[in-house]
Amino acid sequence: MTADSYEDIAANKGDVIPALEVPPQDLYHARSFWTRWIFCQDAKIIGIQYSITAIAIGLVALVLSWLMRLQLGFPELVPFIGAAEYYQFVTMHGMIMVIYLLTALFLGGFGNYLIPLMVGARDMVFPYVNMVSYWVYLLAVLVLVTSFFVPGGPTGAGWTLYPPQAITSGTPGGDGLGIILMLISLSIFVVGFTMGGLNYVITILQARTRGMTLMRMPLTVWGIFTATVLALFAFPALIVSCIMMTLDNLLGTSFFMPALVEFGEQSEYSGGSPILFQHLFWFFGHPEVYIVALPAFGIVSDLISVHARKNIFGYRMMVWAIVIIGALSFIVWAHHMYVAGMNPWFGFFFATTTLIIAVPTALKVYNWVITLWKANIRLTIPMLFALAFIVTFVNGGITGLFLGNVIVDVPLSDTYFVVAHFHMVMGIAPVLVVFGAIYHWFPLITGRFLHEGMGKFHFWVSFLGSYAIYFPMHYLGFVGVPRRYYEMYDSEYMTVSTNYLNQFITIVALIVGFTQLLFLYNIITSAKFGKKAGKNPWKACSLEWRTPEVPAGHGNFGKELPVVYRWAYDFNVPGAKEDFIPQDIAPNQVPEAEAEQT
Amino acid sequence: MKKKETIFQLLMQKPWDPAQAKIDNTHDGETLNLSKGKLGLRYIMVVSSIFFSLFIVTYSDRLVFADWQQMPEPLLLWFNTLILFISSAIFISTQTASKNNQFEKVKQKLLIIGYLALAFLLGQLFVWIQLINLGYYVSTNPANAYFYVFTALHGLHLIGGLVYWLMTIRKVWIPSDIVVANTKHTVELCAIYWHFLLAVWVVLFGLMLFS
Repeated sequence: MTADSYEDIAANKGDVIPALEVPPQDLYHARSFWTRWIFCQDAKIIGIQYSITAIAIGLVALVLSWLMRLQLGFPELVPFIGAAEYYQFVTMHGMIMVIYLLTALFLGGFGNYLIPLMVGARDMVFPYVNMVSYWVYLLAVLVLVTSFFVPGGPTGAGWTLYPPQAITSGTPGGDGLGIILMLISLSIFVVGFTMGGLNYVITILQARTRGMTLMRMPLTVWGIFTATVLALFAFPALIVSCIMMTLDNLLGTSFFMPALVEFGEQSEYSGGSPILFQHLFWFFGHPEVYIVALPAFGIVSDLISVHARKNIFGYRMMVWAIVIIGALSFIVWAHHMYVAGMNPWFGFFFATTTLIIAVPTALKVYNWVITLWKANIRLTIPMLFALAFIVTFVNGGITGLFLGNVIVDVPLSDTYFVVAHFHMVMGIAPVLVVFGAIYHWFPLITGRFLHEGMGKFHFWVSFLGSYAIYFPMHYLGFVGVPRRYYEMYDSEYMTVSTNYLNQFITIVALIVGFTQLLFLYNIITSAKFGKKAGKNPWKACSLEWRTPEVPAGHGNFGKELPVVYRWAYDFNVPGAKEDFIPQDIAPNQVPEAEAEQT
Repeated sequence: MKKKETIFQLLMQKPWDPAQAKIDNTHDGETLNLSKGKLGLRYIMVVSSIFFSLFIVTYSDRLVFADWQQMPEPLLLWFNTLILFISSAIFISTQTASKNNQFEKVKQKLLIIGYLALAFLLGQLFVWIQLINLGYYVSTNPANAYFYVFTALHGLHLIGGLVYWLMTIRKVWIPSDIVVANTKHTVELCAIYWHFLLAVWVVLFGLMLFS
């Protein structure tokens, strides 16, 4: 694909607003291989470092899920997995996927790469802090990995790490180093993330280029921005609970630990409140869902708009919805605790707020669908993933309405229905967006396309496969199969069909899992041998595609920062020669384009 | 938000509207009339306020139970609090000196502030030793646990502040690093953080004193 015709006009700006006279930013200049590729302060490299680390640790979690599925479907094939190992795999799979993969990839990976490029900045505002943020994140990952190799293995307390069981001797890793390393790793992660978040928030607020108002930013940036603000409020709850539980474990305090008898012996704990931990954990845990979901919402809005060649329907509403969802996410946390013995009225309050969140969320879904209405849809791979996301997110969201109601949640709690729900809504849905985003921005990062054939295969197997995995789980939940049981073969109340279904799910899960390896192969080979993409191959309007060189060079935008004259969604403007007008094209450079009437 | 624009006005803008586009084209890309450093510091202060607030919430949840036994407040703790007040006061005069370009004075005062911070940290350690000798162990009672946690976390924040203090010292001390505007800015940020830590300590100490 050749460069778009705006290349020439952009060079010849003529009578337009000049770039803002800003004092030159103290740009970091790499002097050696080490500072260029390893200890690098360029947000683009940091973004790639974050992504590679996140995907690498994500692969570990993927393998753990295979082992869990083998144990559930064909336990005779994996005799080395006992109850303890199974719980360890469940715990590590959940924690890695939610925190170390998705959070790090969306904010650390996409955030670092895209924010400066999309808002027209040369780099993040505090590049050094940004670099440290990555290394602290890596340290958190390494501490987590270490816990696989300590005596007793990693913690098997479940990803929610509920005390008292998390630090008692009956739980795998509970009386050893496993749980301690997990708590330390999480604390390190929060510290690292706070440093990264500092950069994302301040770069977006204060370092945009001339003409880039907040309401002209692409929705990707809005999603990442709001998610970071959520993290700013939510992560302290995680680190507070980690510190308190570490002290309970190491120094014998009783913040969360009640008086209890362990193996016939009265422990020295007394008076602590396990429920307090649950409140703290979910005060972090629920916003965490949106820390993952909001960037996905933003990215998918941009993918849909670009590949349907139409402005996003209801841009303002999309921004409002992101902000409102973000705010509401802080008052729904106790819907994770309906069965924890709380006052039913308390539960009623949280059920109401939970259902209210469905309103702005549904609004976003309607807007995505209306954007597609009569659009010039191109079924590229990013678009396929975006469409799959909408369907999957609606599916997972609707089961959320079931579980948000106290009275429906109580019987479904701790069954496979819950597993199916959260995997659909915050596992598969955001991961589909991650895939779509990688296919979309790969040409920006490497200058080449990913292989299309492999991409389509990857899409269809992942999309249909994940439905084959999680749809049956809803049924398993309805018939009462409990989650977290490592073995169910001989239980009398299990029908034969649940066994067959478990075997079916396992086989599909393995197929879907191996397809991800094909995706990785695609990334590695296409980075070197893929079809050359040229500049702006998708003909998008946002600034990340408007750098003088692709992939963007040091300082992103050459000598002069771009000046922004329009929002990021000027697709198919009546009268314009091309079906899109990039953000940095002045009105007098496209005089034939008619302004939209509103 | 800049130019007296409320968040609601901001969110009501129609970026596709030609009239709005004309206004937007002249926007300089900054949202708030604040330096990046100051905004960064506010960010850190917000995160750490939330962090301490959550501890305070759990504290107030716990102290209503019957097994709660108040800790004694050694005199040394009052003395340490006084040190923090004094160092904050000195920081105010440091700021004035830095505004008036009297960097020699700034150097001296920053050094005093550093010594005071170390004295405070050592003082807190002595309080710990005193209390431990008296048999107030961290696991004996939740009140004790909270006391040690609060003092430790506040101390850690101060140690973090000392790292920034070192950077400030460097900017004032090494002639090649002196860029007057930058140095003043750094001194101001360091001062704000010191006042913030004083406020945090007053809240925590007051909480432990009056509950």
